[in-house]
Parts: sequence; structure tokens; C-alpha cells
Amino acid sequence: MNDRAVRLGLGLVTLALMLVALYMVFVYVPTEADQGIVQRIFYFHVPCAWVAFASFALVAIAGIFYLWLGQQVWDDLGYAAAETGMVFCTLVLVTGSIWAKPIWGAWWTWDSRLTTTLILWLLYGGYLMLRAMAGDSEQGARFGAVVGIVAAIDVPIVIVSVRLWRTIHPAVLVTRQGGHGLEDPRMVATLLVSLAAFTALFIWILCLRFVTLRMHTRLGALARTLALAEAAAHD
Amino acid sequence: MDNLSYLFAAYAIIFAVIFGYVLFIWRRQVALEAELRAMEARMRALTETAGAARKAESRAGS
Repeated sequence: MNDRAVRLGLGLVTLALMLVALYMVFVYVPTEADQGIVQRIFYFHVPCAWVAFASFALVAIAGIFYLWLGQQVWDDLGYAAAETGMVFCTLVLVTGSIWAKPIWGAWWTWDSRLTTTLILWLLYGGYLMLRAMAGDSEQGARFGAVVGIVAAIDVPIVIVSVRLWRTIHPAVLVTRQGGHGLEDPRMVATLLVSLAAFTALFIWILCLRFVTLRMHTRLGALARTLALAEAAAHD
Repeated sequence: MDNLSYLFAAYAIIFAVIFGYVLFIWRRQVALEAELRAMEARMRALTETAGAARKAESRAGS
């Protein structure tokens, strides 16, 4: 089975899951009693966060393998994961802000969950800027790997921030008292389907981006070989 | 802005950003594929030219 067929298959699976998730979010799941319909943002906000955390964890893992093995494939994977993670981390901040305005009365507060997530966004923004400035150099890849590994320390801090510090951010998935805060099993089902849809989306987008980075690497190697061959032909 | 507007805005932004990013990747891939094909064609042409030159040299030598 070739690359294109796999990517197309992943895309179709993602589309199917996303359509089911949308149906469940807008038709199936009951409206939450306190927050009303705006609470439905939750069913995509949380999966965006899940994808962002998974992406950044992958950046760290790829960075470790790159520093250990020195193989370009790990650097390409790390970069693809960082870019994907940034997209979804941005969506977490934006959708969270839109949800906060009608519920908390403000677009932003310096709450622990929001602040640590913003720090995460800034750290990986820094990673991408570093890679952009360093170009395709090996040194840039090594520095990037180190930054990616260190920045991933913020991921578990974001996750436990609602337990460590006083916060107005909902602790829905694991409450401070233990258990979860979703009162209706249909809400749990909708969240799980959304998580599955976004996991498929994450894998699909990561594959697409990784393939373009591998093509870019191959292009670089081919250009160097061609330059040498042309130089030899002229001698 | 009522709650429905906030809900609509959130989902519209999610899909706009995701579609935008996928479009960006797709366009990058198309450009890279074109560059790769061009470079592979140059490589083939160079190989053929080098091969033809070697044949001519060996015929001239013999």
C-alpha cells in the first residue's frame, strides 16, 4: 500500500469521525445546565488541548532520538510535530478565550491553567523561530531538539495546574474531589468521540507535514549530489 | 454577542485554521514535488550526457 493511499485513507477516516463528532456535539449531547449552549465549545476545546500536548510530547521524544542517533528523520518528525502542536495550542487559547468571555465575563485571566498554556505556546513559538533562523543547519536541529525537550516539561505542569494552584478554570476531566465532572453519559460519549476524531486528525496532519519535510530533506540531498555531479562533468 | 454567536465563532475558527493549515501543507507538497521532478530530470540528463561522453571516449581510444 503506497504513501498516498495511506494518507487518503487517514483523511477519510478523519472526515468520518469528525462528522460523527459534529453530529454528537450539535444534536446528540444535552445542553449543560449552568453554561447553556456555549459549553459545547468544550467538546472541541479539550481535544485541541489533547492534540497539542501529544504533539509537544512527540517533539521531545523525537528530539531525544535525534540527539542520540543523529538521524535527520527524527529532526523532521520533531519539526512536523512542533508545527502541528502550535496550530492546536493556538486553537486551545482562542477557543478557551471565546468560551471564557460569556462565562467569566473576560477574554483572559492570569489563571494558572491559562498562563501555563500561554507559556507552552510561547516556548514552542520560540522553537519554531529558532528553526526558521537556523535554516537547515545541523546546529539548528540540535539546538531545536534541546529546546523541544526542555519546553515539554511545561506539558505536565499545564495538566496538573488546576490541582496545584487555585484556579477558576474547570477541572472537568479529573475533579479535585476525584472522578470526572461530566454529569451525563452522553457528554462522556461525545467527548470520547471528539477525542478520537482529533486523534485521527492529528495523525493525518502530522503524516502530511512529515512527508513534506522528508521531501524537503531529499531535495536538499539531491541538490548537493547534482552540484557535485555538474562540477565533475565540467572538469 | 449572544451565546450562539460565541459557539459559532469558536467552531468557525477551528475549521478555518485547520483547513488553512492543510491547504498550506498541500501547496507546499505540490511545489516540492515539482522541484523534485525537475531535479531528477536534470540528474537523469546529466547521467545520460556523462554516459554518452564515456562511450565516445572509449570508441576514440579503441
